[in-house]
Amino acid sequence: MPSIAENFLGHIGRRFIPIRKDIHDASKIINDIFYWTFLSPFKGKPIRFKASISEMVKTGYNAVPIVGIISLFVGIILALQAAYQLKRFGALIYVANLVGVSITRELGPIITAIIVSGRSGSAFAAEIGSMKAAEELDALTSMGINPVRFIVTPKLIALMVMLPVLTVFSDGIGIFGGFMLSITVLELHPYSYFQQTVNALLVKDIITGLIKAWAFAIVITTVGAYQGFKVEGGAEEVGRRTTSAVVASIFLVIVFDLFFTVLFYYFT
Amino acid sequence: MEKAIEVEGLVTHYGNREVLKNLSFAIPRGLITVILGGSGCGKSTLLKHLIGLLEPTRGSIRFNGQDITVMKEEELNGIRRKMGVLFQGAALLNSMTLSDNVALPMREHTQLKESTIQIMVRMKLELVDLSGFENLYPSQLSGGMKKRAGLARAMALDPEFLFFDEPSAGLDPVTAAGLDELILKLKDVFKMTIIVVTHELPSVFMIADYVIMLDAGNAIFKGTLDELKASDNTRIRMFLERRPEREAYSQEDHFRIIAGD
Repeated sequence: MPSIAENFLGHIGRRFIPIRKDIHDASKIINDIFYWTFLSPFKGKPIRFKASISEMVKTGYNAVPIVGIISLFVGIILALQAAYQLKRFGALIYVANLVGVSITRELGPIITAIIVSGRSGSAFAAEIGSMKAAEELDALTSMGINPVRFIVTPKLIALMVMLPVLTVFSDGIGIFGGFMLSITVLELHPYSYFQQTVNALLVKDIITGLIKAWAFAIVITTVGAYQGFKVEGGAEEVGRRTTSAVVASIFLVIVFDLFFTVLFYYFT
Repeated sequence: MEKAIEVEGLVTHYGNREVLKNLSFAIPRGLITVILGGSGCGKSTLLKHLIGLLEPTRGSIRFNGQDITVMKEEELNGIRRKMGVLFQGAALLNSMTLSDNVALPMREHTQLKESTIQIMVRMKLELVDLSGFENLYPSQLSGGMKKRAGLARAMALDPEFLFFDEPSAGLDPVTAAGLDELILKLKDVFKMTIIVVTHELPSVFMIADYVIMLDAGNAIFKGTLDELKASDNTRIRMFLERRPEREAYSQEDHFRIIAGD
């Protein structure tokens, strides 16, 4: 008859064993992704350039309208919320500082990353998952083609290029949204708003935003690929994994955002 | 009989369950070997081991004397270039046209010029009677056409070994017979070593030179087709005569199972 302590330890052990397998699978996929993207091109295994371009169109170019509209709205909302407090102090012009800094340092990268997680992270998981269910990944392996190199690397390259680009675009449109609201509703002078924004923004604000975007690109691709490769059954499992991919990538984007924000707060 | 592939002491597990139990057999060169067995006997698992997709718990699989179970990925890819595999659902890449699918192994593994590759793609597609369908996507094809396209891709690098996973599954008898004829043609023309995993008896009788029969993870028969037909092993007779399996438990056991205690 096992004691309470043995039962308790057994319970922990049984919970831990599947987690250990998940950690092993995740590290293997991360290892493969980094090897095939950053090391193997120097060992004579070129990156699939055309596929990367086509992924850039799908993940980046096609996301421009939605990123644009959401960034515009967020810029307007941010300016309104800032004005709500600042007008009590007669400091309405500081709306420009608040909008400019918070969008470039924080909201631009994170909004773009969340939109791209929803669009592309889910698409990666669904595509890779369906390919696994249809034995297409096995077929690639049996042809001596590594599935990570063939499928994931072009997606990673595409996101590492396009997420920073989308972030810059989002920054611009967001600031433009705040600007439009300020010169109409808040009746600020366009030139002074512009000047105020330029004075408030530092190059490092934009750079830190872009570093974040670059890290988010790696997070979103890795999570999408991991969930896709973990599909074991059929359609139902693909759906479940797609959902997990979106939830996990948004969660990890926020975790990494926290990490980088703390890092930049102390070291820039 | 010259051996092309030798399997020795192959044991494999899914979790704690032993799926293949100490299998040993040899596959003859230049002939069609059929791996036969009922559903769930481990034949698809065996095929995945033969093409290096799964690693066994124990045992060795030797292609021309080289053990693939101890190979590194790079070496294994060298052997994989000599293999062609037709998967059960053809496993064509849905995002690519037929000609891109067939060209894929050539583009990845050879330095051939694009114009040469295009000529070879047309030759491979002609071989499987799919000339003129180069620019279609897999979703625009019927089941039989997909299998033939998958075969054209498997043949792309003129492999030494050709594997088929349930080639007749999901096909009508006429299409299935057409595929069997194609397999025979490939053996005669290209002298390939062909391994077919199936449970379709008409297909076995039409194409098999050599038969390996699996039952619950054991190889219960290895020999020629005539030897198989002459065998008096009960499991083999049940399989060949399509006799259903009798329930292995008594009425009292049956009652207990239904009652749930």
